[in-house]
Amino acid sequence: MSGHTHHDHHDHDHDHPHPTQPDVDGPLTYHQRLEIAVRELMIEKGVLTADEVRRTVEAMDARSPAGGARVVARAWTDPAYKQTLMTDPSRALNQVGVEVGLYKLVVVENTDAVHNLVVCTLCSCYPRAILGLPPDWYKSRAYRSRAVREPRTVMAEFGLEIPDDVAVRVHDSTADMRYLVLPKRPKGTEGWSETRLAGIVTRDTMIGVAEARLP
Amino acid sequence: MRQHHDMGGEKAGPVEKTEHDYAPWEKRVDALMVLLSDRERSLIKVDELRRNIEAIGPDAYHKMTYYERWITSITSTLLQRGALTSDELARKLADIERRETAGLL
Repeated sequence: MSGHTHHDHHDHDHDHPHPTQPDVDGPLTYHQRLEIAVRELMIEKGVLTADEVRRTVEAMDARSPAGGARVVARAWTDPAYKQTLMTDPSRALNQVGVEVGLYKLVVVENTDAVHNLVVCTLCSCYPRAILGLPPDWYKSRAYRSRAVREPRTVMAEFGLEIPDDVAVRVHDSTADMRYLVLPKRPKGTEGWSETRLAGIVTRDTMIGVAEARLP
Repeated sequence: MRQHHDMGGEKAGPVEKTEHDYAPWEKRVDALMVLLSDRERSLIKVDELRRNIEAIGPDAYHKMTYYERWITSITSTLLQRGALTSDELARKLADIERRETAGLL
């Protein structure tokens, strides 16, 4: 994690357990109980602390597609940065304060000749460090099954028609290797600032089910 | 032979463009994975998470939600590694049920 400073607003120590805020009304499900059980046992064994769990959730909440949008907008405006992003994505992300983590990140660039689409057929691997947690549909049976067999049809369901003369490349992620799409910069954005450009880079453009468009 | 999680290329219906904000308990499952798999603790590797998800039987696999599979797999791995025993887990689950019934959760 990058330079996250934790301010503890409590003025008491943390030797006693805090009651867990219920997530939903009604009885806990078996799996919700299992989460509590594993967490409490790991805390009791001194493997982790409640504070670490809370801070990890906070750090995750802080990650969102806005991080990816910043990287894309910078690559669109700064050729040297784009070069780094394509050849050494971890370093490029470090430069904007994002730690990629234990896996290898690969950036694939959309051009007039090639459109890239990302899926994880086996599970749900996703460039979480830069995009946050994946949307439900990315983890769905329908997307995982069909993205590799009929990508053009799947993209059309998202409203994206790829012309026949543009090649479609589908990238199947693994736990250790995850993909980020560098979308095409739309025409009509000449002279835009990085911030303005980042505003049109959505999560879906970085998965490949959408193209960046003028607002 | 193809296993049930290996669905790339199979026929399926339209992609329903659903999303939801993750519930606090789902985020905590994710956080447990992040912490238990870090270099310092190294109690589970991402491949073990995947392998133990794939070991969930086909019926249960398709019934469970995403983070239900994760906590199932994390628990299996900790048991396999000896980081937890099934006795400890059973006692803790019973204790949680008692606290829930008593309104202490």
